[in-house]
Amino acid sequence: MYNFKRLAELIELTKETNLSIVDIIIERERELTNKSEDEIRAKMAKALAVMREAIETGLTENIKSTSGLSGGDAQLLVDAQQRGNTITGTLLSSAIAKAIAVAEVNAAMGRIVAVPTAGSCGILPGVLLAVAEDKNLDDEVIIDGLFVASGIGLIIAKQATVSGAEGGCQAECGSAAAMAAGAIVYMLEGKEEQVLDAVAIALKNVLGLVCDPVGGLVEIPCIKRNAGGASNALTAAELALAGIKSHIPADEVIVTMKKIGKTLAPQLKETSLGGLAVTPTGCKLKDELLSK
Amino acid sequence: MSNLSIFDIIGPVMVGPSSSHTAGAVRIGNLAKEIIGEEFNHVKVYLHGSFKETYQGHGTDKAIIGGLLGLQTDNPMIKEAFTLARARNLSYEFLPIDLDNAHPNTIKLEISNVKGKIINIIASSIGGGSVIINEIDGIKVGVTGELATLLTIHQDKPGIIAKISRVLEDYKLNIAYMKVLREYKGSLATAVIELDEEIDEEILDKIREITEIEEIKLIGPIN
Repeated sequence: MYNFKRLAELIELTKETNLSIVDIIIERERELTNKSEDEIRAKMAKALAVMREAIETGLTENIKSTSGLSGGDAQLLVDAQQRGNTITGTLLSSAIAKAIAVAEVNAAMGRIVAVPTAGSCGILPGVLLAVAEDKNLDDEVIIDGLFVASGIGLIIAKQATVSGAEGGCQAECGSAAAMAAGAIVYMLEGKEEQVLDAVAIALKNVLGLVCDPVGGLVEIPCIKRNAGGASNALTAAELALAGIKSHIPADEVIVTMKKIGKTLAPQLKETSLGGLAVTPTGCKLKDELLSK
Repeated sequence: MSNLSIFDIIGPVMVGPSSSHTAGAVRIGNLAKEIIGEEFNHVKVYLHGSFKETYQGHGTDKAIIGGLLGLQTDNPMIKEAFTLARARNLSYEFLPIDLDNAHPNTIKLEISNVKGKIINIIASSIGGGSVIINEIDGIKVGVTGELATLLTIHQDKPGIIAKISRVLEDYKLNIAYMKVLREYKGSLATAVIELDEEIDEEILDKIREITEIEEIKLIGPIN
């Protein structure tokens, strides 16, 4: 079975075998699960359908989270776009609206795909579908992008972590942005090395980012960090596609993310005992929730 | 970790907002439903640690009830679990508890079945939607539900495990993991047997034919 622990190994495998990153990831999954390539592709297509549905719901329906703390921000972005009131241009504005839409659907107990986690579920669909719309890419290309993203996420999970409780938000929204950045480069036919540069740049941008949810809920600041993650992914992909290299290789950045996660205080790793969760407003919101 | 599927990264497909506090809670409910194996009409849910602090905002309460009703982690009806429960005459209470040395996301379920029997289950949601059933009626079972799992209550005598494994061998089923526990020598013992393959009723009936087995249950695999 193809077993790659590092991104550099995955790229070496593509050179040795003359297969694409997507082929190798599908082949590994086929051997691991005894499922056919068609079944694996169908399962990924289903994930894409759920992502689309969540975006649609978040952009068009009146959403309110169970706690009442969030909802409606994706629609504000849509309104601004319709008024022509956007400063970041169509693509970025569309990506962050979609990312927020999915994150709001998640907070309202709607159906999402955890990529890699529920807290960071807006970044990958937001970015991939915004790019696909902008560049007129068909679904097969988006699905290939999802396979590439899954390979990147797999390596991050093996070499570091994708859990906020272990590594802080850099492990959740950072990993999601790195996955999305690498996927876009692949979808836009960048070279394998450029995929790795995009991963490295996206993750470097958020090293040290803490996980400090107000009241322990996946809402404040998680939803807006999905928008931040989407713009981080697009920025990293733009740099990599322009041929800008990361001086520090992606595999080293990933290991560094893990090391930084270990040195982060427990207060800053999903316990809601530090960061924004203990600001005066954060505490007040938590008290209001508990008294409900 | 080397056996991680890409669908652990692009997935699970789930109802939000939290893999541990929502999807994990649904899966605990799903497993508890299989463990009880009969109709039940009342459940007391004791919440420990982070579950106790944040269960309403995460919909952990609806997730557990939805899971007990058999809804899976990706079913949007989880949001309506309380309405569904009322329609099925299932009543429920949520209560705080402090359990010793328990994982922060742990619940204790006290479930009354329609025959008036009460079953106690302690379970934890250990991250990313993965769960573990720690105890059933005080017996430490450690069931994850990832694989098809046989749970027996049998007389603590020599050869019972051999008889069970002979049936499994006949059907070419491979044991992935097994644990045998008892309170004291000669009492009733419990075996937890996880299998690589899924198993059907016919095999279960064969194992039931072993006279020393008082009770056998098949749990999982759950989504």
